[in-house]
Amino acid sequence: MADQLAMPHTATPAASVRTPSADIYAPQWRNIIFVAPFLFFFTTLLLFPLLWGIWLSFHKADTFSSGNFVGLGNYVRLYNDKVFLQSIWNTFYFVLLTVPTLALIGLFLALCLNRRTRTAAVLRTLFFSSSVLSVTIVTLIWRIVFIPNVGLLSTIYGWFGATAPAFISNPSLAMIGIAIATIWWCIGLPMMLFLSALQQIPRDIYEAAALDNANRWQTLRSITLPSIKRTFILVIIIQIVLQFQLFGQAWLMTRGGPNNLTKPIVLYIYDTAFRRWDLGMGAAASEILFILILVAAMAQYLVARNKGDRA
Amino acid sequence: MSIPAIKGRAFSDRVLLVLVILLSIVMIAPVLWVVGLSLKDNAELMADPNSVFHAPYTLKNYINTVGTSSVFIWVRNSIIVSGGLTLGTLILSSLAGYGFARLNFPGRHILFVIVLFGLAVPEQAVLVARHQIFSILKFHNTYPGLILPGLSASFGVFLMTQYFKAIPKELDEAAMLDNASRFRIFWKVLLPLTVPAQATLGIFTFLGAWNDYLWPLISATNKDMYTLTVGMASTQTNFAQSEGIGFLMAQAVFAGAPILIVYLFFQKYIVTAVSGAAVR
Repeated sequence: MADQLAMPHTATPAASVRTPSADIYAPQWRNIIFVAPFLFFFTTLLLFPLLWGIWLSFHKADTFSSGNFVGLGNYVRLYNDKVFLQSIWNTFYFVLLTVPTLALIGLFLALCLNRRTRTAAVLRTLFFSSSVLSVTIVTLIWRIVFIPNVGLLSTIYGWFGATAPAFISNPSLAMIGIAIATIWWCIGLPMMLFLSALQQIPRDIYEAAALDNANRWQTLRSITLPSIKRTFILVIIIQIVLQFQLFGQAWLMTRGGPNNLTKPIVLYIYDTAFRRWDLGMGAAASEILFILILVAAMAQYLVARNKGDRA
Repeated sequence: MSIPAIKGRAFSDRVLLVLVILLSIVMIAPVLWVVGLSLKDNAELMADPNSVFHAPYTLKNYINTVGTSSVFIWVRNSIIVSGGLTLGTLILSSLAGYGFARLNFPGRHILFVIVLFGLAVPEQAVLVARHQIFSILKFHNTYPGLILPGLSASFGVFLMTQYFKAIPKELDEAAMLDNASRFRIFWKVLLPLTVPAQATLGIFTFLGAWNDYLWPLISATNKDMYTLTVGMASTQTNFAQSEGIGFLMAQAVFAGAPILIVYLFFQKYIVTAVSGAAVR
């Protein structure tokens, strides 16, 4: 390719281009120096801990040493631990509460705000703004909304002489309270992903549909939704991976209570490894979380690759 | 959607508009409530929550925040940690991105695949082992302890590799004719072209580090090493007594406002960065 481009000038430079381009792309050890600094951190702080964590999960370990080998002992203890099984169920329940809602509201907002008006731009900015806040601030905001007496919710209910539902202390509502705060926090990303997908739909398809007198519902159903089907799947998978990692909201809003009903897997890991200092069992729990997330991530990879094949 | 208007459209548009406005109220109202509470005297608030809606307002809570809490130390820590991590990530990712996109070395392909695999490893899977390693190295409660784990993230390398690949190779080859060294080509010719990607990656990394909660919570146990996120969370424990609600809210506003202002300024980059990060 290089000499083709160089040809138009003169014959001589073309020849000299060919020589370096022949050896510059040959494998050379010294070239590794550019990737070596990153690989150092990647190996020591990601790959090694990953393997070390698997090793730990087979040991009865504390902070400084990897103690005795216990084989699958930690996994057996997890399997018999009601709180751990509860935390897996809680995590799935939370994912079920948040992911479909995020995808549907995100899609709705994207469909409404996909226009070039000033209002739409302002609203897009607004709906994404909560995403840049930290989990600490988000939970502070929502606890003050849900808190009895001075809370926003109880104040609004108070106007009508009613009592607000206790989203934090009621066992059957606590997870829903956490889900509401999470949806408020995370709605920006699905909306933005849908918006960028909508903008890639060629305009002439819509113009053709308009010429055919297709109404809005028909256009939505037979043009818009099929074109963003892949994005929809992608949004769902991304959100599953993200929401599986629930920790801060549960820890800061309810501490996992009441009765461990809002304790997700990551909080279980945190409790086991860093509050009870049972590192081996904590590591075992994190391997199980890793496998669950890996399955979702692989699905994401497959969907993303499909797109590449089609393009 | 610039489709010619169809009958009945105006009405359905209005219904949708009402729905969107309702949702935006849900977005704004909690924040306004927090700002409102932060401007009220505690005693008055306890007596009647509805007092938020009328004067007198006071800046007392903000003065207390600035005067008494450790919030400035935490902000300083957050700036050092997020800044350090951002700088480190930009340097490592640019070098590695150039290396993977442009240079050949033994094992290049397999190394890149391993780096890509890193994208699928969640923080929680390495958390316990990392904590133990850092205990042995005595890295906890230090800035390196807070910064280093972030440097192992693959996303930046992936982003920069894609970006370098998109730059025409003829540019390097022309520079090669002038006998420029590899590093000189990287530094003088290609790096200036990657500024948009640097901005995207930089903002993304900074924001992620600023808002990170789990690792600083585990690693920084000394109050003076808290980042803003952890520090703010630590003051929330006495929440139930609700005698300091105004004060807590002032802290929340104090911590949240700067990042929202930054967001408004760098909106375009942040949105690209975050949605780009997710798609890949």
